[in-house]
Amino acid sequence: MKYVIVGNGVASVGAIEGIRRVDPDGEITVISEESSPTYGRPLISYLLAGKIGPERMQLRPVTFYDKFKVKMMLGTKVTGVDAKAKTVATADGHNYPYDKLLIATGGVPFIPPLSGKDGSGVYSFTTLAHAETLIDVAKNCKNVVVIGGGLIGLKAAESLHDRGVKVSIVELAPRVLSAAFDDKAGNLVAKRLDEVGISVHCGTQATEIKRDAGGAVQGVTLKDGTFLPAQAVVIAIGVVPASSLAKDAGITVDRGIIVDDSLASSDPDVYAAGDVAQAKDLILDENRVVPIWPNAFNQGFYAGKNMAGAASPYSGGLAMNAIAFYGLPTVSVGVVNPAPGEQGIEVADNLDEEHGTYRKLVFKDGKLVGYVLLGEIDIAGLYTGFIRFKFPLDAETKEKLVSGRPSILQWPEGFFDEQFNPVGAQEIV
Amino acid sequence: MKKIYPNKEVCIGCHLCEVACVTAHSKTKDHILAHNVEKAQEGLAPRRNVAQEGAVCVALSCRHCQEPMCVAACISGALTKNTETGRCEYNEEQCVGCWSCLMACPFGSIRRHPFKEKIVKCDMCAGRDTPACVEACPNAGLVFEDRGSD
Repeated sequence: MKYVIVGNGVASVGAIEGIRRVDPDGEITVISEESSPTYGRPLISYLLAGKIGPERMQLRPVTFYDKFKVKMMLGTKVTGVDAKAKTVATADGHNYPYDKLLIATGGVPFIPPLSGKDGSGVYSFTTLAHAETLIDVAKNCKNVVVIGGGLIGLKAAESLHDRGVKVSIVELAPRVLSAAFDDKAGNLVAKRLDEVGISVHCGTQATEIKRDAGGAVQGVTLKDGTFLPAQAVVIAIGVVPASSLAKDAGITVDRGIIVDDSLASSDPDVYAAGDVAQAKDLILDENRVVPIWPNAFNQGFYAGKNMAGAASPYSGGLAMNAIAFYGLPTVSVGVVNPAPGEQGIEVADNLDEEHGTYRKLVFKDGKLVGYVLLGEIDIAGLYTGFIRFKFPLDAETKEKLVSGRPSILQWPEGFFDEQFNPVGAQEIV
Repeated sequence: MKKIYPNKEVCIGCHLCEVACVTAHSKTKDHILAHNVEKAQEGLAPRRNVAQEGAVCVALSCRHCQEPMCVAACISGALTKNTETGRCEYNEEQCVGCWSCLMACPFGSIRRHPFKEKIVKCDMCAGRDTPACVEACPNAGLVFEDRGSD
């Protein structure tokens, strides 16, 4: 069996591990445009902040590819997939035949049509190369504007601030972290950013990146008329699935590549995983692109197992983000901003401004479907369990969850032994 | 592969497993120094914790899952699954304290280190024949055995 994997991110790593659980010998080739072995992509903010050195970027030991018998083609761009001939063409003129192909090309930064965006001094923040560039940028710039107040934008801002740069964030929504957080949580984070000296401009947008006669960035003009002087701009609005390879090969693409429960696309020999895939969601009964790390690994892992012939259905992704802003740890999982007026929704929240802690739980039809925690996050996993296992909740259990006291002993009878003490439980009693 | 199985029918909530765990993971391996000094100075904390609801209790820790959510969520390579030993291994050096694993583990088996930007997680007492918590349990509330699956 010949497996070809396009892309070298976490979905690719998951796929290698998934394939090898089932097929110890099949030939695996990974083709990646990036030139470094797989690395912890979210670590780029730690690298930019100077919290870790380049030697700690690796996601797996250097021996990983040898151990799993993987042929690596780094710095190699894939130019096309011929789904009929079952080959992958690369820019250097080679053709790689496959029996099973995984497209794990991830996402590319979304750059809005903004006057002045083309030219030097405007950067993205999604790759190791971007982080390395921004480390140099930070040495020569006093002010940087970050466009986008989501997770990537905020981490870019924090990391540049740690490098001694004066940072301003511009966000279209009325608050930062509008997707992952709600008003109260977003405001607590914004307050923390403000305290450390990062200025946040919400409810407005950049209308122009001003340049001088030589083309050097001078600053950013906002819709409300404000001018933010800057020598560099980071655009961190989000990523869009890098799905053109699939589209050009005649594979069905919506926002991302549509995949079934085995992670196969409309072509049964072509699979997709990670930020490029539009896969099943655990809570919502639909396929979604949820570009987050754990989903990417899991999709890769299940794609790998299925490619190798195991019938191993993917149970669905769960939106989740854990991130800390200047020592304020935060966790956001599942549905955290239910649509106003949505049937069967119940929200319970608890804000303690004095201690900077916040807890919000979202229930739907008597089950936990989402939560946000700020400050006190140690019980996060237990809440995630209630969501993942979709336990129906009685009033007493719900009250315990709401008051911050979830426990595994609140699980339905039988489920505990199934998970923690299977076979043999009876013999001991 | 051998794993640790907790039994809530016979656990009496004595917390001896936590005591043994702390000592086993201390530098001094001495009950008194581990609990009275290292806990306060180094943030030494038990990897196993007793959960209690009314009269029912059980000592919980990492299940060393076959397909661990923590490993899927780990951004730094600190958590990996060793398919030969069955362990979910943790390399503290690599951990950056992003708390993704703590969020992803549906069993709540991962905690924050009290001081450091690191996690605390059961290692099934790597290097010992029988994990310290199992040895200390007076009551078969924790057993270490091979049940074929997982």
